[in-house]
Amino acid sequence: MSQAHVIVHEHPPGMTTGLPPFSVAAKKMAIWLFIIADAATFAACLVVYGFLRNGSASWPRPFHSIVNVAIMTFILLTSSLTMLFGVRAAKVGDKAGALRWTMITAAGGVVFALLHIREWMGLIGEGMTLFHNPGGNPLFGASFFSITGLHLLHVTGGVVALVAVGLRYKNGRYNADDLEVTGLYWHFVDLVWMFVVPFVYLLNLA
Amino acid sequence: MHEMASQAHVAHHGPPTSFIRKYIFSLDHKVIGKQYYGLAFISVLIGMFLSWLMRVHLGWTNAKIPGLHLLSPSGAPGDVMTPEYYLQLMTMHATLMVFFVLTTAPFAAFGNYFLPIQVGAEDMPFPHFNMMSFWVTFAGFLALIASFFVGDGPTLGGWTQYAPLSAVGSVAGPGEGMGVVLWAISIGLFCVGQLLGALNFITTTLDMRTKGMSLWRMPMTVWGWFITSVMGLTAFAVLMPACILLILDHVAGTSFFVPSNLVINDQLQPHSGGSTLLWQHLFWFFGHPEVYIAIVPGMGIVSHVLIPNLRRPLLSHRVLIYSFGALAVLSYMVYGHHMFVSGMNPVSSIAFSFPTLIITIPSTIIVLIWLASLYGSRLRINSASLFALGFISMFITGGVSGFFLAQPSLDIMLHATYFVVGHFHMVMAVAAMFGIFAGTYFWFPKMFGRMMDERLGKLHFWLTFVGAYAIFMPFHYLGLAGNIRRYQAFAPDYMQRFIPVHQFITIAALITGAAQLIFVYNLVYSRYRGAPAPENPWEATSLEWSTPSSPPPFDNFGGQLPVVYHDPYQYGIESSTGDYVMQTSPEQIKSVRDEA
Repeated sequence: MSQAHVIVHEHPPGMTTGLPPFSVAAKKMAIWLFIIADAATFAACLVVYGFLRNGSASWPRPFHSIVNVAIMTFILLTSSLTMLFGVRAAKVGDKAGALRWTMITAAGGVVFALLHIREWMGLIGEGMTLFHNPGGNPLFGASFFSITGLHLLHVTGGVVALVAVGLRYKNGRYNADDLEVTGLYWHFVDLVWMFVVPFVYLLNLA
Repeated sequence: MHEMASQAHVAHHGPPTSFIRKYIFSLDHKVIGKQYYGLAFISVLIGMFLSWLMRVHLGWTNAKIPGLHLLSPSGAPGDVMTPEYYLQLMTMHATLMVFFVLTTAPFAAFGNYFLPIQVGAEDMPFPHFNMMSFWVTFAGFLALIASFFVGDGPTLGGWTQYAPLSAVGSVAGPGEGMGVVLWAISIGLFCVGQLLGALNFITTTLDMRTKGMSLWRMPMTVWGWFITSVMGLTAFAVLMPACILLILDHVAGTSFFVPSNLVINDQLQPHSGGSTLLWQHLFWFFGHPEVYIAIVPGMGIVSHVLIPNLRRPLLSHRVLIYSFGALAVLSYMVYGHHMFVSGMNPVSSIAFSFPTLIITIPSTIIVLIWLASLYGSRLRINSASLFALGFISMFITGGVSGFFLAQPSLDIMLHATYFVVGHFHMVMAVAAMFGIFAGTYFWFPKMFGRMMDERLGKLHFWLTFVGAYAIFMPFHYLGLAGNIRRYQAFAPDYMQRFIPVHQFITIAALITGAAQLIFVYNLVYSRYRGAPAPENPWEATSLEWSTPSSPPPFDNFGGQLPVVYHDPYQYGIESSTGDYVMQTSPEQIKSVRDEA
């Protein structure tokens, strides 16, 4: 220690008592992290679809009209907007308004799901299933039902979450932040649909 | 002695009162950490036992293993292992070890126990998720073990479950029907558990740090777990849909991973249109980050264990952390190096080879930081620091062979040989095991309030260290000589000559495995009869040594969260406590460091 010198570490009071730099509420951070993971899941499914579609010489194009999918998209997009209204109402303390908009959002989700199931039933009626479709590579049916099924599962889960969180918000167990967290999830489900529509529907228009 | 700040902090949940809430469905991160440790412990014993059976069969082809028919009447008629049963054991050995040991122990077990304590939190933000994460993982474990007893046994496809044989059902061999489905369910559940765990780890790290605990004041272990959970968040999210698609191929008649016109065992398969390569892409996109998920927590533990024994900081903590980050980012870009011989476009091989060579740079930096910090130090030799040194040794030895495998032209020669088996066992499996041992010897006094026996610990280290080299170094030579891997017997003439080497490896494996009983004995004995642990046995500085008791109370810090004043590794300085200053000590540091 012959060539030693002394360093004095200064600790101004502000440094040791400040708030953590990422003071985002844990619930909100968790839903963002879940969205990242879920996005990776959907991305994997879409990559599977793209991989199979590109590698196939006879990929079927069974969709004749974009009317149904356009209506579904419109409803889902609108439900994102109503979700936004709900969260905004909750933030300013308008409990009745927040609850109303949340339930309208959930209703939008239900209509979307019903239209989706009707579309599924139509396709199944034309002979398209998980393991078979009328023409071309049978993996069209497999990837179509897998991807839209995964999305439908998310919509259904979202509707259940909206109703559950909405009711608990009504009786005071949850607050505006919880509504916002649910809203983030709902917007994500909407965003995923915006990838599904071009890749799965528009690319396969006859 | 440490100044505590009374913070308006809402407790998430009160201490449990009933046995079930306290030890089984516990919300306490410390109990969940111990549960994960217990799961890894059971898994590693089963996995090691399976490797013994395989090793005996490899050393003495078609040897009778007394009692083996009790385990599987069809797999071992007359106590002789069938080729298929060998592959089934190999698959289960690998799956148990990779998922339920190497991912579970260093990350989920130690991470759950120590991450909240080391950042100064009472618990994780989502204790219910945390509890679910363990029990979902445990359900996955049960599903995997169940495949031993269902139908024609567990899957034989290897832990990578390469398609199409994994996707066509029983026609591909015993266990390829129900066995694969159970495997995929098990791993799918495991992915859910990891997702819930990662959510908690990341939010705890970013949100629950106590006053003064800035990101740069977090111990290296916390950085390791944090970066690992970021990797796990997206890697497992890709493996899960892959498992679901594999299950659909089995039960719903889809053919995602089965190409057209496939004939297996003289039977035309009723599938068409899928791609076998697709499975490999999905699997290895998870699989390569998984390697780092297994090793980065170990790197954090090794750094954390070495520093108090070096009595001085490492050369650079920030560079070490940046290197962890670089490993995490690059780990997604190198996965194709597992697929050089898969038949994918050779241009892709070059594209994946390049980042693979790049990823050796952060790995090398990490090793050089450890070595340079060891240089000229007066290391305190104890079981924990020995195992930390062992980790470094294994990581270097296994890593060097990685340079060869990273190059497609060499990999084509070596890929299907024991060279690869030696490589990944040393760099990932044994290294990570040494990290687990180092963590156990280091933290046992905190977890159970008693010291482990040092003499037994050192004996355990030397037997394991020499044994690991005796087992896995010869694999490299065997591989270079052309010994094909995944074979259950070495019938060709040129491989007959390798059998004495295999017999040597088998004997080494039996002795090294038996040496682990010393560890088991030490663990159990010390738990009940060990010398009571002093408050801070290693004279370490991080927050786990500031808790009021060992093991820490239910809320970790006895009602008041600590305040942090210093970097985690203030060693080699002059202070009132000696040559170190606790993170919680408000003492100003007058540090005396060598110019050099």
